Amino acid sequence: MQLFLDGIFLGSIYALFAIGFTLVFGILDRLNLAHAAVFTAGALVGIEIVTRFSVPIWLLIPIVLIIGAVIGILIERIAFRPLAGRHDAHFAGLISSIAFGAIILSLLQALYGADTRRFPADAFPSTRVEIFGATVSLLQVIILIISVSLMVVLTWLVAKSKLGRGMRTIAENPHAAAVLGLNVGRISSITFALSSALGAVAGVLFTLNVNAASLGIGHAVELKALAVIIVGGMGSLPGALVGGLILGLAEVLAVNYIGSSWRDMVAFGLLFLILILRPQGLFGARKTREV
Amino acid sequence: MKTKLLSAAVCGSTLLLALTACSTSTGTDSAAGGSLTGSGTGAECVIDSAVPIAASFSLTGAAAQYGEGQKNALELAVKNLNEVGGVTYELTVEDDATDPKQAIQVFDTFISAGASVIIGPTLSNTAKQTDPIAQDAGVPVLGVSNTAAGITDIGDYIFRDSLTEDAVIPQTVKAAVDKLDVKKVVVMYANDDAFTESGYQAFAAALEDQNVEVAETLTFSKADTDFRALLNKAKQSNADAIIVSGLIDAAVPLVTQAREIGIDTPIIGGNGFNSPALITGAGAAAEGVIVGAAWNSASDNDQNVTFIEDFTAAYSSAPDQFAAQSYAGMQIIDEAVRSGCSGERDGIQAGLGTITDVPTVLGNVTLNENRDAEHDALVQIVEDGQFVILK
Repeated sequence: MQLFLDGIFLGSIYALFAIGFTLVFGILDRLNLAHAAVFTAGALVGIEIVTRFSVPIWLLIPIVLIIGAVIGILIERIAFRPLAGRHDAHFAGLISSIAFGAIILSLLQALYGADTRRFPADAFPSTRVEIFGATVSLLQVIILIISVSLMVVLTWLVAKSKLGRGMRTIAENPHAAAVLGLNVGRISSITFALSSALGAVAGVLFTLNVNAASLGIGHAVELKALAVIIVGGMGSLPGALVGGLILGLAEVLAVNYIGSSWRDMVAFGLLFLILILRPQGLFGARKTREV
Repeated sequence: MKTKLLSAAVCGSTLLLALTACSTSTGTDSAAGGSLTGSGTGAECVIDSAVPIAASFSLTGAAAQYGEGQKNALELAVKNLNEVGGVTYELTVEDDATDPKQAIQVFDTFISAGASVIIGPTLSNTAKQTDPIAQDAGVPVLGVSNTAAGITDIGDYIFRDSLTEDAVIPQTVKAAVDKLDVKKVVVMYANDDAFTESGYQAFAAALEDQNVEVAETLTFSKADTDFRALLNKAKQSNADAIIVSGLIDAAVPLVTQAREIGIDTPIIGGNGFNSPALITGAGAAAEGVIVGAAWNSASDNDQNVTFIEDFTAAYSSAPDQFAAQSYAGMQIIDEAVRSGCSGERDGIQAGLGTITDVPTVLGNVTLNENRDAEHDALVQIVEDGQFVILK
């Protein structure tokens, strides 16, 4: 039971990160590799805000959401939009987002140095609860609640709202969307803002969960998140959620029953297995894009 | 298309390189004139010219927090020794910027400027690059903070006064067995880092010597931050203690999470845990963590008490282990110079070879036949938010 819960908690953070990732991918058909840097920025800037202004955690989450959204808009404007007309926009965007991510990380290093930082010890009460014979911290429960509610809100937004309809139209055919009078640029910006806001909050939750943040945390999670969105199906939000949970559980079980050194091998091995069995991922649809 | 994109993404993201800081270096000037061979020995030794001592420390970059204290302590030691009379030292300190490339330039400058002995560099990683240059030029080097294996194997001009993991860990394990009655342990270590791997080897050997049962050996990656799954596994084995060879970046989350999931057995760490950051980062969770160390501010040898007072008065902050080892390094060099009453390179190298039971701020230090330091380590435990000596 303890293992199962640990896997769920770890997986929910992967899922939160992956959902932001897959949102941009599913709608705009762009892979934004600056997402990991946004994750790191959320963590480090969040720590700075809490240490300097003694902001409580519940207030920090909305602040970081906004910071993440702003970074997302910048990424879209600077790294993606100028390339929109090129025939190799996919690949060029990939490279320019890597470059943008590197710039974000350099800025963070200049601001906060390369040391590992953490939230102050009293930033969150260390209350512990017993569930089905397993102990979990209140913090982990909160993380799960925040992750799931953000995912639910986002899924609803994409499926039901006017904005979501616009997004889906763009995903289907950007040119047609423009002809229909949709503001493609604005909707792209909003998509990036939502995606990065989730990425930044995932960074804060991850740091709270493990009590350490350094410049490299985003990179390790990024590779895992790529695995998650492939397992779940490209561009599928429920797929990213389920994929994240599967990966979290797989890691925890691998550590416990196979050996800790095999953890990543099991995680990425699972990825290959699923790709062989279902090339479109668990929730992916063949040849049609789903958001 | 998407799959292609993704493979490109995976390849691309592995290309991300961290940007390293760079910094400036300045020239040195040291007088290499006059005679460095004197008359008399020991306390009676008189050398007319000032003996040029050079030090390369990391004053900027990742290791800057160590280098600053090393420089201050060394300057204090030179000042105190120059007041004794007979032999005067002229000290030059340069910044290696925590960058082996810059450290190589600093060493080259020191060698051509005629330094009699070089102290440093701060990190073992850097020392592996710089020490061969000094060895080839016949300039003695005294490392005052290098603990990695193989540093002194570079050659017969390379010495160190910093205890290696191999020297500290057996003493730590013995203290845990004697004082805490540890019979069964779980060992955890980062298996993708040379330093923590060698720490693990030292722990494994020491545990075998003390007939301690190892219930489980768990490995992790130095980049890991979530240890809950491993710790839950460790918890199931009901061991008397958990032994960890990891860097400080892993130490803080590991200790925090262990206490969080209800592990209250002692946690014993290698040299990587020996940092004030453990206490500031892990807070109350750090209570009861045991770490071996070459030095602790609470050690009551007279020289050490005086050193702490002097240092605190001069720099308005308390010295750490790096400062103490740097201060002791200068005491050892003074002993080596006076033993043959020579400030020449070969004279100092010969003198360093004869260092036996020299009283320093670290206690009585011997440099053994491998040119490595031998002195009593201290076993510390975290109590009420500070490292105290395990009684």
